[in-house]
Formats: sequence, C-alpha cells, structure tokens
Amino acid sequence: MTIVKTQVNRRSFLKASALAGGGLMIGFSWACNPMEAERAAPKEWFDMNAFLSIADNGQVTIMSPNPEIGQNVKTSMPMIIAEELDIAWEDVIVKQAPLNSTTFQRQVAGGSQSIRQGWASLRMVGATTRQLMINTAAKEWGVDAAGLTTENGFVMNGRKKLSYGELASKAVGETIPEEVPLKDPKTFKIIGKSKTNVDMDDIVTGKPLFGVDYTADGMVYAAVMRPPAFGTKLKSFDDSEARKVNGVLDVITFDDNERPDQREIRGEKIAVIATNTWAAFKGKKALQAEWERSSRLESTTNHDRELNRLLNVSNSESLKRSDGDIKKAFAQADGTLERTYEAPFLPHNTLEPMNFFANVTEDKVLLAGPTQTPDWTQGRVAGLLKRERSTITCEMTRMGGGFGRRLYGDFALEAAAISDKIRKPVKVQFSREDDMMAGTYRPASKYKFRAAYKDGKITGYHLTGAGIQMGNATRENWFPAGGIENYKVESNNLNSNITTGAWRAPITNFLAIAEQSFFDELSKEMNVDAVQVRLDILERAKSNPVGSIDYEPEKMIGVIKLAAEKGNWSNPEAGVSKGFSCYYSHNTYVAEVADVTTENGQPKITKMTAAVDCGIVINPEAAINQIQGGVVDGIGHAMYGDFAFVDGAPQAANFDKFRLIRTKEAPKVDVHFVESLNDPTGLGEPSLPPAGGALANAIAGATGRRVYKIPFTKQDIAMG
Amino acid sequence: MPSYNIKVNGKSLSVEAEANTPLLWILRDELKMKGTKFGCGIGQCGACTVHLNGNAARSCSLPISSISNADIVTIEGLSEDGSHPVQVAWMEENVPQCGYCQAGQMMSASAFLSKVENPSEEDVHQWMSGNICRCGTYPRIKKAIFRAAKKGVTE
Repeated sequence: MTIVKTQVNRRSFLKASALAGGGLMIGFSWACNPMEAERAAPKEWFDMNAFLSIADNGQVTIMSPNPEIGQNVKTSMPMIIAEELDIAWEDVIVKQAPLNSTTFQRQVAGGSQSIRQGWASLRMVGATTRQLMINTAAKEWGVDAAGLTTENGFVMNGRKKLSYGELASKAVGETIPEEVPLKDPKTFKIIGKSKTNVDMDDIVTGKPLFGVDYTADGMVYAAVMRPPAFGTKLKSFDDSEARKVNGVLDVITFDDNERPDQREIRGEKIAVIATNTWAAFKGKKALQAEWERSSRLESTTNHDRELNRLLNVSNSESLKRSDGDIKKAFAQADGTLERTYEAPFLPHNTLEPMNFFANVTEDKVLLAGPTQTPDWTQGRVAGLLKRERSTITCEMTRMGGGFGRRLYGDFALEAAAISDKIRKPVKVQFSREDDMMAGTYRPASKYKFRAAYKDGKITGYHLTGAGIQMGNATRENWFPAGGIENYKVESNNLNSNITTGAWRAPITNFLAIAEQSFFDELSKEMNVDAVQVRLDILERAKSNPVGSIDYEPEKMIGVIKLAAEKGNWSNPEAGVSKGFSCYYSHNTYVAEVADVTTENGQPKITKMTAAVDCGIVINPEAAINQIQGGVVDGIGHAMYGDFAFVDGAPQAANFDKFRLIRTKEAPKVDVHFVESLNDPTGLGEPSLPPAGGALANAIAGATGRRVYKIPFTKQDIAMG
Repeated sequence: MPSYNIKVNGKSLSVEAEANTPLLWILRDELKMKGTKFGCGIGQCGACTVHLNGNAARSCSLPISSISNADIVTIEGLSEDGSHPVQVAWMEENVPQCGYCQAGQMMSASAFLSKVENPSEEDVHQWMSGNICRCGTYPRIKKAIFRAAKKGVTE
C-alpha cells in the first residue's frame, strides 16, 4: 500500500462540481448489462467530486473524461477509479464528460497517453472518495477511521457495515482527505479482469452514439465544397442548379481561415445548406465552381526527387546524433550494407467520415461531435469567431475511429463558421470523397540505412531520414542507440502546402518498418540469427550504453524473448517462413513474429504472434483487441496503402481507388503480455509500427524477395 | 415529391422523397434510425448494410424508388433487445473497437448465416469481403461468426 498526498487545493477534480446533465444526446452507459441489474431505482444522487456521484441505493456514476475513439478508455478509465473506490463494477454507470479544462486534465485522445497520463489522478479520485466514505462512516460510528476497511461499496467495521449509498448524503461537505492510501496492485479486483465495453449494448443494437448520429432541434445539414487541389482557391461559382435541388435551403460562401495568410492561399469555401444530408450532397454535386492557382501545385514525382536529394544532405542542421567514428567503422568493416526505404502519403480513412455540429448564437456557442482534441478545438473556434472560450461548450460523441485525423479541428471550424453565418444549428457532413481529399495526411518519407559489421557484430550504423513536414523523421535515442559503438543519425525536412499530421504512431509507423526490415537483411548478410543481432545490440545498450538512450533495453529484451518463444522463432513449422520485428513506441515494447506460407506462388500471412510490455494491463480483452487491431492495420497499410498527388490533387477519393485491408487478408493475431506491476503505458498505437516489418521479413524468407517500398503491392507482392 | 410505401422492421411506412434518394438517407434522416451507418456512399465499405428480403444490401446505393414492397430489416430490427445470435456473439467475443462498422458487419453476417449453416473460413472471407473495419477487428468478427453459426441463425 502506498500513501499519496492528494494536494487537494491544487486538484479541482477532487471537489464536487455539478455533473453534466441534460444537453447530452449521448446518454449514460451501464457498466453491466442493465437487464441483469435488479435493484431499487436511485432516488437521489450526491456529487462527491467532478468524477463521481453516488446514489442512495449505492450506484455510482463515473464520468469518463477523455474522448473515446475506439481505444476503449470510456471503459478502462472508469475501471481505474472503481478499483480504488472499491466498488462492484456492476454498480457503475459511465457517462462521457463534456470538455471542462478547469476540472479535468488532458482531455485528449492522442499519443496512446490517456491511461498512462490519467493513471495517477484516476487512482487518486477513487482512493480519495473511498477515504471520504471511511471518514464519514467513522463519524457515524464514533470510531477511529484507521480501524475501518472497505469491501465492494461498503465500509466495514468488524461485522457492522454501512453502504456507500447510505453514507453518500452525509459525505457531502465533509473535508476532502489530504492523504490517501492506494491499493497494492497485487490486490486489484477490477483492473486486470476483462470488462465489456460500456457502450457494447448500444453498439450492437444500433443506438445513436456517434457524431454522425447527433441531432438537435432545427438542425440543418451542410455539405462543403473545398478546393480540389492543394495550392488552388475559389475563383467563382454558379449555384443556380444547386439551389433547384429539393431540400436545399441556401448556398453560401464562408471563411474558416484563422489567419490572413491562410486566406490568401486557401480562399473561401462553399457550403450547401439543406434539410437533410442527401440534399446537401446532391446540391454540392450540382455546383459549378472555378478554381485558381494560389501557391505551388505539388506532385508525388517532385516529392520523390526532393526526398532522394535530402537523403544525401549532411550538415549541422541534419545531424541528430553522432557517437564514435562512423567513417572508421566502415573503413575497417568485414562487410557493409546500404538500403533505402520509401513510403507514400496516407489518408486516415476513419470509417465515420469527418463531421461536426455547431450552434452559434448571439452569446453562446455549442459544439458537439467527434474530436480527439476538444480543448484545442474550442480554443481555435474561440479565435475564429472572436468569442470568449467560456461561452463555448464542447460535447464529445463517440468516434467512428480517430487514428490522428480527429486531432485536427478543421471540421469544427467549418461548422462554427457556417453556423455563425447562417445562425442556425448545423451539422457539417463530409462525404468519403471529402474525407479522403481534404485530409491531414501521413506524410511521405524515405530512409537510408548504412551499416558496417566486423566479426559478427554491427560496428557502424548510419541512418538518414527525409520526410515531408515531419521535422525530425527519426528517433535517434531509441533502439539501436546505445548498442552500437559508431552511430550517426541525420534527418532532413521538406516543406509542403499539403496538410499533413499525425497518423496512428506518427513517424514510427514507417520508420519501424524500414529499420526492422534493414536489420533482418543485415542479419542475413552477417550470417547471424535475426533475433540474436538485436539481442547483441540490446545487451550492449543495457550493460554499457554508448551515450544516453531513451528506452529500456531490458524491456525490449523481455518482449523479444517472449515473442521468439511464443512464435516458435527457432522452430518454424513446416512450410512456414518467420519474420521478426520489434519496436518501442508510446512507452510500450512490442515484438512480433509473422508466419507466412506460400500458396500458388503467393505469400500468405497466416498468423502474427505479438509480445507486449505495457506495464499493468487494465482491461485484458480490450487490450488484446487493441494489439490485434494495430497489427491488422499495420499489415493492411504496408501491403496496400498508396496515395499520390498530381498538381496538388489527391489521386484517390474513395474505397474503389484506395484499398484497405479486408477480412480475407487479416491473419490470426496471438497476443502475449509480459506480466508486470509497472504503471500502464500506451496500447492504441505500439503494435502497429513493428507489424509491417515482421511481414516484410517473412515475405523475404518465403519468396526471396525484399520489399523496400510501401505499398508492398507496388513491388508486385500480392497476398495469397 | 413522390411518396413511397416501404416496410422497415415489419412496419409499413410512407415516406416522401426524391426518387433517387438512397435508402440509407431515408433511414437516417427521415426515419431517424441512426443504426445504419454512412461510410463511403458507393457500396464499397458495407457500413450501410441492411437486409432486403433477407439478403444483405448496401443501402447507400439503393434508390428508394427501386425498393417497392421489399422487406427491409435494419440493425434496429435484427432483434428487439440485442438477443439475435449474431449480436450475442459480437458481445461475447468483445468484437468492437470504435464500433462504427459493426452494425453493417452484423447485418452482413446475419444474412449470410441464415443461408449457410456451417460456414467454412473461405465462406466467411467471401461473404464478409464487402465490409471494411478500419480498426482491424476482423479476427474477432470471424470468431464471432463461427460462434453464432454454432447456435444457428435463422432469418
């Protein structure tokens, strides 16, 4: 048991504040199946703090603070509170909290950080409220609080007990404890036991949950026409046909640029306002618009040339890290290897296309919808409309995927700008074409790796990255840093007017594929086992690191050994080619073994084995789901992800041209967690980076062909 | 605007709409049944899958004028209380991540299982190939289908 100081005066979430009621179309979710809950209905609720409200019948409402994009935080964050509060999970009702930056911390879905960064405060919320129950009961009984314990929503004093429901009304106004004990993780009863997604019933029965489902009285629909190519802006348009479409109410132009220089380049957009989505879409199709060039018109062929050039630029700005003497290592080597890898832009393609609701009135703004960054979005809308933040409310709906795309508030800015102009509640709805063509893309990048080896060990390593608006396209202090004597990492950046941004596991989503492919090929050149090559580097990084490193070699070794064992690395089944890969990202360590067989001359991935060290696993079944999903996603985009620009225009706009992985191509994914009592780390992203590399390496074993380019299909690799 | 009589989840309804309005938008915007999802609008992703006379159909590409007296079943009508074997299997296998595609997945799976009693893996691949899950829950979808198949699925 650990005692922690609550520092109550600095933590507003420990104080009672009115729980968000009304207004929210998206209602509450029972943690358990409501049909199984047979108990008296609650008569009165008592707010304990910003997160917790306890009813007289012992039911507990927990506010889930962070946006839910499918990473399952709406279940796992409340589980942490419930654990420390020491209640039965069946008594929990979960509500999605609205944005409230003064009360809640970091209401963001990004970087796989919700659980890691929420862990300590969520535990404290539960533990503080538990202590409050104990202190209240001690007063009731006239005994010392130190002798009391809790169990499943009761304070116990020998054979006497009081339920939290009985204590709740008396606890209101009690002094909030300044020191509270946290449970020993070994005694956890809820954490570590699989709990069903709290929205499960609503998902399987098709209840309204998502942004696209959000409605409000008097709401109209808007379809937006945006420039068809980056580098162009609106010149003129004719809306006469659009206005004839049944259901179209109005056609307007609007300005959602936050800065004058943006306006110069991007101009205004056109919105078709209609009584329903279809009419808005149809009206937009009937628009005749002319566009003019406003800045560079970029093409993938130019990017290609520029990135190739940048792979050979070496100067003080490009240098990220240098250990030892690279030149000497290459001069004295038994052998060297150089390989270049390349990846294209990628759209996010959340299955729920972007959409957002705004209702701008004289004195207030209501925003509602799917956003990974409600706080940032609120601030940007405040800036755009020149309103005080305090007059803007932001409600979060469940999201039909995020993957980084919903970090960007462009859709909310559009909705706010349109609603401000027409002064009606409005839902902006992107079509799939809008979604794919007005993206915030994973930028294209290239990596050149060079290695020198001597006496079966890697003695020199030189990585140069070149990416479009990626800043530093490398992770110079991660593996294999610290494990190679002579080591140099450089990176060069190419600017672009194409909007780019975070895409599930930014930078590492391709860096890992390239790096782990390179190590595999290098191990073959060196004639050393691919796993052993990695372990040799890690042993050095662990025992006597070269320079400083930002990862823990010990943990990487742990997952490598676990994956090798569970994935039968040393003992491949007949006809199976094994591919190995490992990567550290989002504070989590993952190693993967891909099984590839050959059918009719084509490789087929039959299984992926993943070993994961993410500290304490909160909700095992959901955690496995995240790892499996990341692997499938990683394989899919490595195999098929292809996206190009010609004169600023995206060359794919829907799923007929952009291929996503489908059922047949997705392997079975076996997941193994390292048992750990360490604080939890990220889960939504870390299994993706290593997946493509494991696949590439297994394909090389099965076919003798190495892939250096995403998508693999571009190198005539087809999946059987 | 022309008027159409349609039958949704056993109920006969009359809707006014342009002839080319896809069933998807009739369901979502006119009938306020939000369970059927919009994904691509061109019948490529399967998020909008409903049953049309017991067959899986992409409602985003079905003009209202083409439906006439067909029996339409949506996710809301698959069962009254989430007790259809496919829904139960989806819960038991903890299939969803974001959950957005799952109504379409379940509608495809339930139509298929009502016709094929003991599906092979290949059958599942073929039948489910029109449904995209961006979260990558395919391995669980497959397990849920085999689980539901064991219990038997009728229309």
